Amino acid sequence: MFFGLSEEQLLIQDSFRGTLDRLVSLDRIREISNGNSSIDRALWRELTALGLPGLLIDEEQGGSGLQLFEAAIVATELGRSMASVPFASAAIMAPLALKHAGSDTQQKEWLPKIASGDIIIGTALAQAASGARRGAGVTASNNRLNGKASFALDASEADAILIADEDSNLYLARTDAKGLEQKNLPTIDGARPLSDIILTDVDVEHLGNGSKDCVEDIINAGRIILTAESFGAGEEMLRRAVAYAKERKQFDRVIASFQAVKHLCAEMAAELQPCQSLIWYAAYAYDNLPEEARLVVLLAKSHMDEVGRFVARTATEVHGGMGYTDLMGLHFWFKRIGFNRAQLGSPEKLRAMAAAMQGFTGAITPASSQTAAAR
Amino acid sequence: MDLTDRAEHKIFREEVRDFIAAYRHLAPEDTAHSYRLMPRPYSDEVRNWQKLLVEKGYANRTVPKAYGGFGAEPDILKSKIIADEFFKVNVPQGLYSQGISMLVPTLLEHGTEEQKRKWIAPTVRADVFWCQGYSEPNSGSDLASLQTSAIEDGDDFIINGSKIWTSSAHVAQMIFCLVRTEPEAGKYDGISYLIFPMDTPGIEIRPLQTMTGHPSFNEVFFTDVRVPKAAVVGGRGNGWKVANSTLAHERGMLSNANLSLERLQKIEKLLKTETIDGAPVGENAALMDRYIRLQARVQGMRLHEMRLITAASMGKPRGLEDLVCKLLGCEINHQLDALAIDILGEIGVLYDGIPSIDLDGVWQQLYMYDLGLIIGGGTAQIQKNIIAERGLDMPREPKTTKG
Ligand SMILES: Cc1cc2nc3c(=O)[nH]c(=O)nc-3n(C[C@H](O)[C@H](O)[C@H](O)COP(=O)(O)OP(=O)(O)OC[C@H]3O[C@@H](n4cnc5c(N)ncnc54)[C@H](O)[C@@H]3O)c2cc1C
Repeated sequence: MFFGLSEEQLLIQDSFRGTLDRLVSLDRIREISNGNSSIDRALWRELTALGLPGLLIDEEQGGSGLQLFEAAIVATELGRSMASVPFASAAIMAPLALKHAGSDTQQKEWLPKIASGDIIIGTALAQAASGARRGAGVTASNNRLNGKASFALDASEADAILIADEDSNLYLARTDAKGLEQKNLPTIDGARPLSDIILTDVDVEHLGNGSKDCVEDIINAGRIILTAESFGAGEEMLRRAVAYAKERKQFDRVIASFQAVKHLCAEMAAELQPCQSLIWYAAYAYDNLPEEARLVVLLAKSHMDEVGRFVARTATEVHGGMGYTDLMGLHFWFKRIGFNRAQLGSPEKLRAMAAAMQGFTGAITPASSQTAAAR
Repeated sequence: MDLTDRAEHKIFREEVRDFIAAYRHLAPEDTAHSYRLMPRPYSDEVRNWQKLLVEKGYANRTVPKAYGGFGAEPDILKSKIIADEFFKVNVPQGLYSQGISMLVPTLLEHGTEEQKRKWIAPTVRADVFWCQGYSEPNSGSDLASLQTSAIEDGDDFIINGSKIWTSSAHVAQMIFCLVRTEPEAGKYDGISYLIFPMDTPGIEIRPLQTMTGHPSFNEVFFTDVRVPKAAVVGGRGNGWKVANSTLAHERGMLSNANLSLERLQKIEKLLKTETIDGAPVGENAALMDRYIRLQARVQGMRLHEMRLITAASMGKPRGLEDLVCKLLGCEINHQLDALAIDILGEIGVLYDGIPSIDLDGVWQQLYMYDLGLIIGGGTAQIQKNIIAERGLDMPREPKTTKG
């Protein structure tokens, strides 16, 4: 047994951490958040050189043929640095959908373009993952889609969108297709696009080779990635809080010498530590122990969502008034953690699913979670 | 990351399974835990089982042969395999107690050859029971302020003073004890670590009733207790250093994710078998939500331990990831007990004297006992100080020099 990062995995971690440290500054995060595009295209190109979009894609198709474990390591670094790139959607869920549900022809057509960073695919899986709200719902007939796919991730910046219909069949739609209309949704996280997609007789490609579990598995991969990202963001918030506390003086002493402040930091550190292990294991299980992974993923995301919320507010508090300012920029991490919490299943929803999955069938849970778990 | 066993460990896992299959009929009913809940002399059955485990290398396996152990090369993965295999089939593992888990590693590290030869074998074999005399009425969290004095007199020390919260002192044959031997030296430099028998003249033990209703700890009074100088472990005036290595072992002993997992599994059963109005309690969404939250935390700790084991096997120094374990482990156990009590509803308040005590009454007892563990072995607040200071490099608490 070796529970940790191999030499090769450490190298991946180092190279992404180094590059992101060099490229992502607070100014840049601010610029993207306030700008028109909420994706950092220049960064996306730089990271493409490191193989970011093709991590999970086979080498024959231009990718690096790695597994979700490595992708989770990278996601943590993306979260730490607050990089604004469409990782969970374009580099994880979309290529996995093609790999698991696409035909040979579809894979040959799309995967090389994803790996090369030439196209970005957004994902409209929110209803499959969390349930439908406010009239969302997509129906399909003869490879045409109608209805509304809400809360699509990175789709407003994408060339194509992965869409699940009400029966969890998967489709690819080009964003410039006739009858496809997008409404950008402003969110707390200005550096992560979210949109509603209105579909009126839109011609799409059906990814029809998947098993019935395949949508849940693809969403689970996305859940692990968002969780790993929130973990990285949480660690960075803690690091900043401790560093700030060691510099800021009140009552003639650094605030880090006040026990109230020390204890807040200790609690954050204590809560974060096991999250790392849980996330590594969830990703490892996803790659190697699929049966176990289905439960562990739900536990990992729901737990990290709670720890993330605690760390985000506590690290802000340690900064005093500065934490509340735009100037300090801490709020970007705060918002990313809050954003991720609501994506691909809120913690309450995931816990209800975890309960149902373990045979607590009578659990009074939202109807959709029972169907999701039964799938 | 690779969670499969290497060939050597695969074979070892098989050996452990074979041992369990061959000998489990000899395993006692009482677990180490029940002795910690209610300290009493070990039964013959328990002692024989412990001896068998030590002999075959399934308890305290790295203790050298010369001191009555099995003499295995340190391999933390093998220790983990033993723990997991015994746990899986619910067979009692080697005992953990202050003597076995704290004193033995301390003697191995700091003891004289004679001390090791004399005390390690009977301790790991559960023939000698130890208590830990650290805390005093005026020295709890601020342990180094302790005042029990040991004044030199020829080849002996004469001890005067008192200890408190001394678990199992009423059943222990021996004590490892912190005393002040150098009154002139500074707070941290004047302390020595002594080991001596509890039947030495001048020792008086008064059991303290605890909130559980069962005595588990005591007040211990020393009046002119004469102890030879050879009883010092780790050198005169070095007691603070020696004690701290012992405390690290205690913190290890107090966080063990398998104990949390055991509670979790019992609660899962309760959720499925307990019924209200004919329906399983597990249908209550609020209770289920709490259960899954705790399940995630327990799994997190279990996996975290695996990460620590890998780090330790690679010789990495202990760091932040180790320092958080006592705080988290004790807190999670306490929350698990609370959940079980809530699942049981009115049944959850039944206590000693009911016929189903082993099933139902135990949770209230655990709920109090685990609160004791949050306090004992360094309180949660002291753990947070340690995490902040040693793990996050934040400024230290002021250390007063006067005792
Ligand atoms: C079940 C149980 C078994 C025990 N067994 C033994 C044993 O066998 N041998 C033995 O020697 N001792 C034993 N103890 C004693 C235990 O180690 C002490 O109770 C513990 O160290 C706390 O000391 P105290 O009780 O004096 O509390 P205090 O130190 O008075 O603490 C009271 C409160 O003040 C807080 N506090 C104190 N100092 C600080 C600080 N610097 N920063 C922040 N908060 C602070 C504490 O966290 C706590 O909340 C046992 C205790 C229990 C509960």
